[in-house]
Amino acid sequence: MPAPSVVRGTPFHERTGPLCQAGNWRRWAGHLSASSYEPTHEHEYQAIRSACTLIDVSPLHKYRLSGPGAAALANRVVTRDVDRQDIGQVYYTPWCDAAGKVRDDGTLHRLGASDFRLTSAEPTLKWLHENARGLDVEIEEETEQVAALALQGPRSRDLLQRITDGDVAGLPYFRVMSARIAGIAAEISRTGYTGDLGYEIWVGAADAIPLWDALNAAGAPFGLAPAGMLALDMARLEAGLLLVDVDFIPAHRAVIEDRKSSPYELGLGWTVSLEASNFVGRAALRAERARPPAWRFRGIVLDWDSLEAAYATVGLPPQFPGTTLRDSVPLYAGGRQVGYATSRGWSPTLKTYLGLAHLEAESAVVGTELEIEVTVEHRRRRARATVAKTPFFDPARKRATP
Amino acid sequence: MSGCDAVVIGAGHNGLIAAAYLARAGLRVVVVERGETPGGCAATEELWPGYRVDTGAHSLTGIDARVMADLDLAGAGPTPGGAGSKGAGLEIMSSDPCVVAPQPEGGALVLERDPARTAESIRRFSPRDAARWPDFVSAMARASRVLSVLYDTLPPRLAGADRGDLWELLRLGARMGRVGRRDALELMRLIPMTVEELLWEWFESEALKGALAADGVRGICQGPLASGTGYMFLHHMVGAAGVVRRRRQVRGGMGKLGAALQRVAVAAGAEVRLGHEVASIRVEDGRATGVVLAGGDEVAAPRVVSSADPGRTLLGLVDPGELAPEFVRALENIKYRGVVAKVHLALGEPPRLPSGGDAAQAAVLAGAAITVAPSIHYIERAYDDAKYGRPSERPVLDAVLTTALDPSLAPKGHHVLSVAAQYAPFQLADGSWDEARREALGAAVVETLAEHIPRLEGAILHRHVLTPADLADRFALPEGNIHHGEMTLDQVFFGRPVAGWARYRTPIDGLYLCGAGTHPGGGLNGRPGAAAAARVLRDEKRRQD
Amino acid sequence: MSATNAYDAIIVGGGHNGLINAAYLARAGLRTVVLERRHLVGGAAVTEEIFPGFKYSVASYVVSLLRPEIIRDLRLARHGLEILPLESTVTPLPNGDYLGRWADHDQTRRDLYRHSPKDAEAYDDFATLMYRLAWAVKPLLGIVPPDPLSPGLRDLKTLLMLGRHARSLDEQQFHALFKLGTMSAADYLDEWFESDPLKATMSASGIIGTFLGPRSPGTAYVLLHHYMGEIDGVFRAWGFARGGNGMVSESIASSARSHGAEIRTGATVERVLTTNGRATGVVLEDGEELTAKTVVSGVDPKRTFLGLLDPEELPEDLVEAIRRFRIRGSSGKVNLSLSEAPEFSCLPGGGPHLRGAFSISPSMDYLERAYDDAKYGGFSRRPYMDIVIPSMIDPGMAPPGRHVMSIFVQYAAFDLKSGWDDAKREAFGDAVVDTLSEYVPNLKGAILHRQVLTPLDMQEQLGLTEGNIFHGELTPQQLFFFRPSPAWADYRTPVRGFYQCGSGTHPGGGVCGASGRLAALEILRDLRRRPRGRP
Repeated sequence: MPAPSVVRGTPFHERTGPLCQAGNWRRWAGHLSASSYEPTHEHEYQAIRSACTLIDVSPLHKYRLSGPGAAALANRVVTRDVDRQDIGQVYYTPWCDAAGKVRDDGTLHRLGASDFRLTSAEPTLKWLHENARGLDVEIEEETEQVAALALQGPRSRDLLQRITDGDVAGLPYFRVMSARIAGIAAEISRTGYTGDLGYEIWVGAADAIPLWDALNAAGAPFGLAPAGMLALDMARLEAGLLLVDVDFIPAHRAVIEDRKSSPYELGLGWTVSLEASNFVGRAALRAERARPPAWRFRGIVLDWDSLEAAYATVGLPPQFPGTTLRDSVPLYAGGRQVGYATSRGWSPTLKTYLGLAHLEAESAVVGTELEIEVTVEHRRRRARATVAKTPFFDPARKRATP
Repeated sequence: MSGCDAVVIGAGHNGLIAAAYLARAGLRVVVVERGETPGGCAATEELWPGYRVDTGAHSLTGIDARVMADLDLAGAGPTPGGAGSKGAGLEIMSSDPCVVAPQPEGGALVLERDPARTAESIRRFSPRDAARWPDFVSAMARASRVLSVLYDTLPPRLAGADRGDLWELLRLGARMGRVGRRDALELMRLIPMTVEELLWEWFESEALKGALAADGVRGICQGPLASGTGYMFLHHMVGAAGVVRRRRQVRGGMGKLGAALQRVAVAAGAEVRLGHEVASIRVEDGRATGVVLAGGDEVAAPRVVSSADPGRTLLGLVDPGELAPEFVRALENIKYRGVVAKVHLALGEPPRLPSGGDAAQAAVLAGAAITVAPSIHYIERAYDDAKYGRPSERPVLDAVLTTALDPSLAPKGHHVLSVAAQYAPFQLADGSWDEARREALGAAVVETLAEHIPRLEGAILHRHVLTPADLADRFALPEGNIHHGEMTLDQVFFGRPVAGWARYRTPIDGLYLCGAGTHPGGGLNGRPGAAAAARVLRDEKRRQD
Repeated sequence: MSATNAYDAIIVGGGHNGLINAAYLARAGLRTVVLERRHLVGGAAVTEEIFPGFKYSVASYVVSLLRPEIIRDLRLARHGLEILPLESTVTPLPNGDYLGRWADHDQTRRDLYRHSPKDAEAYDDFATLMYRLAWAVKPLLGIVPPDPLSPGLRDLKTLLMLGRHARSLDEQQFHALFKLGTMSAADYLDEWFESDPLKATMSASGIIGTFLGPRSPGTAYVLLHHYMGEIDGVFRAWGFARGGNGMVSESIASSARSHGAEIRTGATVERVLTTNGRATGVVLEDGEELTAKTVVSGVDPKRTFLGLLDPEELPEDLVEAIRRFRIRGSSGKVNLSLSEAPEFSCLPGGGPHLRGAFSISPSMDYLERAYDDAKYGGFSRRPYMDIVIPSMIDPGMAPPGRHVMSIFVQYAAFDLKSGWDDAKREAFGDAVVDTLSEYVPNLKGAILHRQVLTPLDMQEQLGLTEGNIFHGELTPQQLFFFRPSPAWADYRTPVRGFYQCGSGTHPGGGVCGASGRLAALEILRDLRRRPRGRP
């Protein structure tokens, strides 16, 4: 028996492999994932915002919950009220441990009354089983069996409609439908990680290559291009979307208490349905709800002039990152540290330097003036930054159904 | 639907003791018991006309002295007229000698209450051991005295301790200091030991070590070479008044214990409903609000106190959705692993050891337990079978002639021999317990016993066998475990029933545990029931403040 | 008596702890001598060319938890210590499959996933918890156990520090620590995992050097040690010393010498000389006397208290405590010279797996049966084995194209029912080779030489009483302030000026070195010397 390969290609690898001119691969959950296909990722980013792109998201963990107890299990795990989820509706949702701290986030697709697909960043099979006690539910991992492809960008609807037998154009935001794409059975969800108009397509792994080929065959007129993780990271920052291990640490991986966050502390209070089902962590979150959370999760916008001034002290123009930065830097208000920024980066669309930040509640009011630490030529400096609402970029087309 | 202040699930001795304490404090208490008689494992059944057999426990070390006194259990019982006394009329009889351990090569070791006399018996096996015996007895008595301090203490919370917890910890420290730092340290050293190590430090005689080590493995699926069996040995010394392998029984059969406790509870105002099984515990918004009976009736109460085992209570009677998955996982991880089987024999004549053992024969007739565990390795080999899911080919036996102390339990001249046999694993490697396996077990026990009581087989009039599966069904013992959870080191004190919940409360407000699955564990001592009631009452007081 | 035989400190026994102790004392300016019975230093950590061209790490074969402060303080890297990574552990299975744990997280996850998807997930949860707990427990390795009977101010400070440290744990972590301290490795792992080979292989670390089966409580705690390495940062805590484990000893000896310590081999100490309850020196087997106000024993507690001293000089309760100190050996060692690389049928051919460890622990029952064979006074017919192939990691260990294989074997009783002899030793060696051949078909044909060490051999050749590799079993009642006995767990003895620094003191076990270092710091404290003496 041969030793297991350390990393694997996704079901699309046969196509994406040769496309990756940059040779710039990274690992995502044990799979090879292109950071960028072209030598630079700039065009890939622009395609997300102006044309359409294919992003291979197959490494997402995927679980199918079915059987009479499926809805009860989903309700037990996620913070949202699954009783109110329509068939064909997708929830974005976090889930928590008993202390109400976020373990992970993902999407819950209700494919039938008792048929769900849960996607997650972290492996979640054991957690699902642990919560299924006394429930008649089948939990099946389909991470390897199901290939997932995100088709994102303003032209994605037009492209997809052309090769689909279903009414993709009529599919509302955060809904999912079954349809055939060039004859291939697929689930299509109006979801994505770009904050733009877009879809995610779920097919059996064996259909991955035909799907890729069909989309590409039809895609040229719509400016279709494959996009890698660097472009996606910039888009998701503009959309204010959280990234696991960067913007929050899963509670069960947090070695110390301070690394854990509740949904309220991550700006996900809107996903918490305290009145409905008795999900894991509800009691703790109810208690937390009774008093305002100590921490908030907010956007920040860096002030260009102060950045310029900071760099001017060493005789340089401001240097801005070409990719989203994922290191954590301190934020100050009135000379005192009041938080830290987790993701930061330049938004080519908004022409601003943005960030996502954890802030103590009193410094988290939108419009609050902060200072952010910047390292200028080996020296610590501070630049001004302002607390802002997310998403930074929120085009009407994201939600609109014509 | 009826209502009260507290529902107690189960009329075993702990449930009834808890009920009695609660009722005495003025609470309206209803005890719900699925069986038709009170007492749980302290059961006496007339298996054959005229033979009353202790089908569950057949010995007890001793009900905690404070419980005895508080509930006046030893006080004169009801007179035939029914009037007069308030006492429960419980009569506990002690046997002396305590143990007779016949040896394969002939002869028998006899353990008596008097260390000097025991030393005489040991001398035939090892003069060195005989000389050490009195010191051993006092060392074990000292260690068990420290242990009893721990048993009388609510396990302090260590993680997330608040000021109150630290105060408790200091008080515990002070009490331990009073019994002596050196003794406390010695107990700390002894607790993780294997019983083999503990005895090796003192003795060389296999006969002696075997007879003692049998107490170290009682009710746990471990052999004497496993850590923690030293603790189990000491557990049996708590409340034994310094007597090694003390043996006592209840006059009229163990069932009288349940009857006496019922009388006490009812006298205090509790209602005891026999023949009603609890189907579920009602929980509303994280609070227990009562129980639902199998017939559908409900008993509403702001407090539910369960003497059923922790798993049955929290996983069987409560909707798992009410509990955090981490807690459920902890409950599922409780180890039960019953290993004890019971064999009951009706005998037409008293058991006779081979000639030459006059003292031993006298001991048998005086009610001493006949222990078949001639060496540490004998016990370990018996465990080897169980480790791989088979009943021991040569089991460790603890046989008690209950009629020796109490002839009223059998027709005149006849006897009842009650045998606890170990190891008979609840979970068999190849299938489950059935009639054939039950009979094979009975045969193996009789055969093993007959090696020491040659005429045994001819004297047997009736035989009755309870496998661990039978014990599980009959007495609601989880996996047949006689202690409601193995008393291994991780499952005692802070860890009983699960770490973080060793103080009788549960994550469900108003739901308490009071059975042997809670601190300080099993054996007919009544401590968990009394301590749980105290906890309920303290919480009640705090709520009112 | 010649003046050259006058020292400030004499260390009895040149094992790694003795050498570390000597190096620290010499570094502080003491005129120090190490007396080693054998012709080479290292004790159980020696590399010997038993057969020409083939170098064996005769007994101890991996570096485990060697304290990073020792590596730093004694500049061991400069003195030749080079620790090479042991990256993987592969458990071959009887059905031709295997279970591997590798340096790479994804690779490990994939391999575990093949056996159990849930275990692959649980493994990460487990690692997160162990990492945290290892960090919580680590300070214990660096402190002098307090005296529980009459604690002084310093002892109370230690206890307070430990209490404060424990309070930094959250409730769940605290409970996990309680469980690890009280459970069997088998039961604790059962709470996490379902894959039998995974549980068996992980639990094996809990039984090494003990005479307990994996189902015996008290074996879970050692699971933590496996994660201890991760918090030692860049110091690779589990590894293979280039040149064999003798190089650990050599590098320490070299460091000690560089600070002026003298190391004498072939010098067997007969006993410690005392006057009025004070150590004054030692006398060697040949009658030679050496004097020093400080004498330190690196040998095990039985030899220290009952051999080097006259028990009459000691309090009765200490003598009793040392007599009952359990020190049963449970393991043996087989070293092989091979004409070609071993080929595991589960992973045929070469590959990076050969640079890692192999664990013959296919199931929990397998380990239990191995224990059953030995516990009545025998050795395992099909033993647990921990195997490394040093020549794959360091080609210098064998002639080109040839290999050496180091096989740690458990269980073997010291007090074999009918006693060990040559025939039994060979039978033991045969059991090892036969069992391993089931997984390595080319093994038998490749064997050029074989060295077999029984527990008795370890006693006779290496001076390990009853062949116990830890100088005393690492059971809870023999740890911390119980090691070797309460009130005498601070490296001192009732004889003033006579100290203990071997593995039989806290924390003991493995090539960790903490005992040697902590003892040196206590000695210097008593002498009111700063650890660093000369600049």
